[in-house]
Amino acid sequence: MSIWSEATQQRARDILSRYPEKRSAVMPLLYLAMAEEGHLTNEGMAEVANWCEITPAQVQAVASFYTMYKRERTGKYLVSCCTSISCMLLGGDDVLHAVEDESGVPHGETDQEGVLSVEHVECIGACGGAPAVQVNYELIEGVTPEKARELVQWLKKAKPEVVNTDEMQQLFGGTRSFDWGIAEQGGAVGPYPAFQPLGTVESEAEV
Amino acid sequence: MSTPLIVTKRMVDHPSDSHTLERYEETGGYVEAKRALGLTRDELVEEVKASGLLGRGGAAFSAGLKWSFLAPARPSYLVINGDESEPGTFKDRQLLERDPHQMIEGIIITAIANEVHHAFVYIRGEYPKPARRVQTAVDEAYANGYLGKGIFGSDYDLELTVHLGGGAYICGEETALINSLEGQRGEPRLKPPYFPAAKGLYMMPTIVNNVETVSNLPHILAMGSDDYASLSDNADTGTFMMSLSGHVNRPGNYELPHGITWRDLIYDIGGGITGDKELKAWIPGGASAPWFVPEEHLDLEISKDATAAAGSMLGSGAVIVMDEDTCMVRAAERVVRFFAHESCGQCTPCREGTTWLEMILRRIEEGQGRAVDLDLAVDVSDGISIGLGWPPKMTTICPLGPSAVSPIKALKDYFIDEVDRHVAEGGCWFPGAKKTLNTPVLVGSPTTRASRSAPRAES
Repeated sequence: MSIWSEATQQRARDILSRYPEKRSAVMPLLYLAMAEEGHLTNEGMAEVANWCEITPAQVQAVASFYTMYKRERTGKYLVSCCTSISCMLLGGDDVLHAVEDESGVPHGETDQEGVLSVEHVECIGACGGAPAVQVNYELIEGVTPEKARELVQWLKKAKPEVVNTDEMQQLFGGTRSFDWGIAEQGGAVGPYPAFQPLGTVESEAEV
Repeated sequence: MSTPLIVTKRMVDHPSDSHTLERYEETGGYVEAKRALGLTRDELVEEVKASGLLGRGGAAFSAGLKWSFLAPARPSYLVINGDESEPGTFKDRQLLERDPHQMIEGIIITAIANEVHHAFVYIRGEYPKPARRVQTAVDEAYANGYLGKGIFGSDYDLELTVHLGGGAYICGEETALINSLEGQRGEPRLKPPYFPAAKGLYMMPTIVNNVETVSNLPHILAMGSDDYASLSDNADTGTFMMSLSGHVNRPGNYELPHGITWRDLIYDIGGGITGDKELKAWIPGGASAPWFVPEEHLDLEISKDATAAAGSMLGSGAVIVMDEDTCMVRAAERVVRFFAHESCGQCTPCREGTTWLEMILRRIEEGQGRAVDLDLAVDVSDGISIGLGWPPKMTTICPLGPSAVSPIKALKDYFIDEVDRHVAEGGCWFPGAKKTLNTPVLVGSPTTRASRSAPRAES
C-alpha cells in the first residue's frame, strides 16, 4: 500500500514513464517525497524504494549524497545564501550574516515555527549578479545586506504561498547576470525545486 | 572584422522572448534539425569534425572526434550536461533559460548523428527556472512533432527527458553524471574501462555533450563547417562564451571572438576594475584553473593553446576578477572550501586532502597560522596532484581533487609574502576580514612527508 495520495501516485507513474529503467527515477521521486511530507522521512524513502524496485538502503545512499535532499525538518522557506568565491568577493558573507541576524536562524538551522530555514551554499550560478540568494531555489541576484533583511521580514510577514523569482528580484534584487526577459508566472511552493514533471510548480492560474 | 554572435544572437536581438517557440521558428529555427534527418551519421560526424567545434564543458575536446568514438552497440544514449556548477560559471544557465529551443535543435542533430533514440538533459537542481523553460520548450517540441514518435514526419523516434540534479558539483563530471542519471550516488567511474562512448548510461555507448556545445550545432549546419571554422584564425574555432564576474564594472556572459587578450576582456569588455582599483589576480577558467596575475599574463591571448602554455586553462570559460583589496588567503580558502565540500569522497587524497587544505587556509586567515603552514599545504597538495604541475598528475579517479590545489599553487607562486604576513600579524588585515562561519578551526596537522621520513631523534 502506498503512503502517497492518488494524485502523487499518478505523478510517480508519469515520472517513471520518462525513464528506460526504474532506478533512474530515484532522484525525481525523492523530490516528490519531499513535496508530499515537507522533507524526506524514512517512510518516504521506503516508498521511493518500492516504486524503483530497489532497497531503502539504496535510496538512502542516494538521498544522503545530494545536498538538496533534506532529511530533517525544513522551513516553508529555505533561504540559501551563496558564499562561494564570486559572491564572497562582492559581499556574500555580509548578506548571509544579515539573513542570520534578522531571522535569528543560524545557517544550517530552522526556526521554531518552521517558517524559515537558512543555509549558506556553494556557487549557484549567479556570479554575474553576485551576491545571490535563493528562496526555495528561486533566484534573487544583486542582493545587499539591507535588502536581505527586508526579504526576511517579507517572508515572515507576507508569507507568500508561491515564491516567484521575478517578484523577489523586483523587490529585493539588483544587478543581474543577464537580461531575464519577460516575467514568469507562478513559482515554488516549498523547499524543493519547482518543476513541472514533479508537480511542484504553482502557476498563477491555479492559485 | 568583428565576429558575429552565434549562440547568443537571438537573445541579444530579442531580449524579451528569445525563449519562445514562436520567436525561435521566426528566426530560422528547426530548419537544420529537419535537414539533418537526410544526412548520414558519417556526413554529420565529418561536418562537425571539420568545424573544429571543441566541447564547451571544460575539457575542450573535439566534439566531432568524441562522436566518432561511439561504439557500435545499440541502443546508444545522449546526455546533455547542464549541471553547470563550477564557481564563476553561469553561461549555460543563460543558454537554457533564454534559448532552450536552440539547444533542443542541437540535441536532435546530435541524436541523429549518433543514432540515439532517447536523450536526456541533466540540469542542476539549483536551476529550476532554466529547467522549467527547457521542459516547456520540450513539451512544445513534442506537440509539434519535433520530438517523440516519427520526428518531422520521418520514421525516426526521439524521446527527450529533462532530469533535475540534486546539488552535487561532481555530477558535472561525465561518468558521475551517468551514475546520477542511473539513480546512483554521483561518484565518478574509473576510465578505463568506463569510457561513456563504450560503457556509458546503462553500460551502453553514450555521448555526453555540454549545453553550449550542442547549442552551436544548428549554426554549424546552417553556416557550413568551413565558414564556422573561419570565424577564428587560431586553433579554437567559432566563438566562445565567457562568464565574467568579481570586481569588474560590467560582469556578465560574453560571446567572444578568438584572438583578444585578457586586458581586452577585463578592461575593455568588462569595463575595468570597480572603483578604479588595481587588478591583483584573476582565475581564467573557473575555480579549477590555476590563477593568473597582471604582471605575467595580462597581454596573453585568450586561447586554449596560449592559456595552456602559461600553465592554466580556459575550462568552463569563467573569469573571476579580484582587485587589490582582495585577501588572497581568503580567496584561496573559498575556492578550496568549494572542492572540499564537493568532493564525492571516493578517493582518499581528495577527500582528506581538500579538507586539510581548507582547515590550513582557514587558520592562516583567522590568525592561528604557523610558519610551516604554507609548506604543509603544498605538501598536502603534492599528495593530491604530484608536483603541482599543469596538466595535473592525478592520484584520483577524476580531476576534482587536483583542481583544489590551484589556489595553493597561486599562493606559493605569487603571494608568499601575503601568507607570511598573515602568520606574523596573527590574521587578516584586509577590509571586511571576519569569520564566515561559526565552526571551529581544526588545529593540528598531518605530518609532512619530510618529517615522516626524517630519522627520529635519539631520546
